[in-house]
Amino acid sequence: MFLSSLLLALRAIRRNLMRSFLTILGIVIGVSAVITMVTLGNGATRVVSDQIASLGSNLVMVRPGQRLGPGRDSAGAPRFKVSDAEAIQTQIGGLNAVAPSTNRSLTVVYGANNWSTAVTGSTDAYFTVGNWRLAGGRVFTETEQRAGKAVCVIGETVRKELFGQQPAVGGVLRISNFSCEVIGVLASKGQSAMGMDQDDTIVMPLRTLQRRLTGNQDVSSLLVSVGDSANTDRVMADLRLLLRERRKIATNEDDNFSILDTRQIAETLTGTTKVMTMLLGAVAAVSLLVGGIGIMNIMLVSVTERTREIGIRLAIGALEREVLLQFLVEAVALSALGGIIGIVLAALASVGLAKVMQVPFLFDPGINLLAFLFSAAIGVIFGYFPARRAARLDPIEALRHE
Amino acid sequence: MNAMPSPPAPLPPGEGSESLIQLRAVTKTYGQGPAEFQALRGVDLRIEPGEFVAVMGPSGSGKSTAMNILGCLDNPTSGAYVFRGLHVEQLSRNQRALLRRYYLGFVFQGFNLLARTTALENVELPLLYRGEPRAARHARAREALDAVGLRQWEKHTPAELSGGQQQRVAIARAIVTHPTILLADEPTGNLDTQRSHEIMDLLVALNRDRGITVLMVTHEPDMARYAKRIIHFLDGRVDADHRNGEKH
Repeated sequence: MFLSSLLLALRAIRRNLMRSFLTILGIVIGVSAVITMVTLGNGATRVVSDQIASLGSNLVMVRPGQRLGPGRDSAGAPRFKVSDAEAIQTQIGGLNAVAPSTNRSLTVVYGANNWSTAVTGSTDAYFTVGNWRLAGGRVFTETEQRAGKAVCVIGETVRKELFGQQPAVGGVLRISNFSCEVIGVLASKGQSAMGMDQDDTIVMPLRTLQRRLTGNQDVSSLLVSVGDSANTDRVMADLRLLLRERRKIATNEDDNFSILDTRQIAETLTGTTKVMTMLLGAVAAVSLLVGGIGIMNIMLVSVTERTREIGIRLAIGALEREVLLQFLVEAVALSALGGIIGIVLAALASVGLAKVMQVPFLFDPGINLLAFLFSAAIGVIFGYFPARRAARLDPIEALRHE
Repeated sequence: MNAMPSPPAPLPPGEGSESLIQLRAVTKTYGQGPAEFQALRGVDLRIEPGEFVAVMGPSGSGKSTAMNILGCLDNPTSGAYVFRGLHVEQLSRNQRALLRRYYLGFVFQGFNLLARTTALENVELPLLYRGEPRAARHARAREALDAVGLRQWEKHTPAELSGGQQQRVAIARAIVTHPTILLADEPTGNLDTQRSHEIMDLLVALNRDRGITVLMVTHEPDMARYAKRIIHFLDGRVDADHRNGEKH
């Protein structure tokens, strides 16, 4: 019975090709809108999470002072020392690397070019922690670090601005009051999730920076890279205890430092884009609903228009439920067809728009399946009322209908 | 789904169980209160297998109502309609649909073919509801089209056929199930004289060669002349019922 209903429904659709097309237009647009929105949203989320991953996977940042809360001032909090980084490295397990670092904003000069950038003093662990790769040259050695030699590794933006087409490695920069040899160039990482240019940087040994620029032993932040197998929450708790002990904070006192986990930042940022994706998807889903109402309208018109046909079917012995099933199957077949066309259109639109928006095209089978099932469900829901109306027609009246 | 309606219960002897159709004191009332209209006022009728009956009468005489009841499309208000020993007036809407599906064939004045549907598809429609497999459907539909002489027109839609051809497709659709009774409601009403005679010849042949009982409503005495028996309706009653050629 179901097969013959399907056959009847498909014949009816084929007989009224133009009307069938107009009927499903709403569903086509609805389905393709939902899928396109969600697909592009997924792409955007991926972009954000990729950017965060480029900061360094499982990066924990420790800074003096509490960044949050009223009446607190990081200026009053004691700085870290290199010994803090060493203590963390030796006393907390499961860490990849710990990099003490201090930043200064400075203008650097090479030949006739000058460029204002962030100069970071750190150890070679900095490159591990920050997921940096070298495009050329090398990073500084143990000896250079201990001796505080005037060597530096520069980011791609700095290289471009100062050296242009000339080779950078071996060049000597003038930073503030001293000369510094470029020994390496970092591979480009592009913009950070916050929109900052990560390549606009110069890294030199911490001791060099301390001696030549800051004149003290302070370290402004500690960057800790947590191993993949380690529990980040556990590491952060251990870090907090260790630092409270080293900074001699009494049990009733608050921390005078803060610990930030990039994963948290990542979750917040990707969470935002996910919410946006869902919101856009929901708006698009409304159009799917409107498409369903369109199907109901056309099906009702179709039932009225085909009253005579229904009369013929009833007269030759069609049962009520067979007529009901025929119209229901017709509605579902139409909306499912609309769903399939919508999925194809969405794939085309997503690929095109992803290119324009410079986000990756990520095919999401879940949303495609969901949109398809939803469109079929809409066929059942909005097709039922017209189908019941058709099934309950009086055959005599229906045959007399003009 | 495709089960036959329960087999006809044998009638007590003396009730005339040999009759194909019996109407007993059948009335039909439409509307209620002041708008009440009695379309049938007590009709008694017997039709035997193999008969060719023409039903005549002016508009409002009740002949259409009687045909609707005989065609199991409508139930009488009171009285009994016994079809092959089965009390149709006691059947549900779906049971009557199954009776129509397995025993009756309909031909209408306005042909009532499905538009934009080929002759073959139109003819096989009743078989679809009987769940026949595709090959059998096509074979039987072609056979029926052959019987009405339209085998070569099977791919044509109603719009591409003349009125006479359309009515012949409709007849093919009615006989494709090998029905016991063919009910024709003014089958020649929309046709010119020559086509009308062709259709009547076809109905006579089906009655004669296949033993199909034919019940036909008509206005035209010329067409009624083809029948073996003519029943006249007037004011909701059978006014005259005679063998063709006899005077009443």
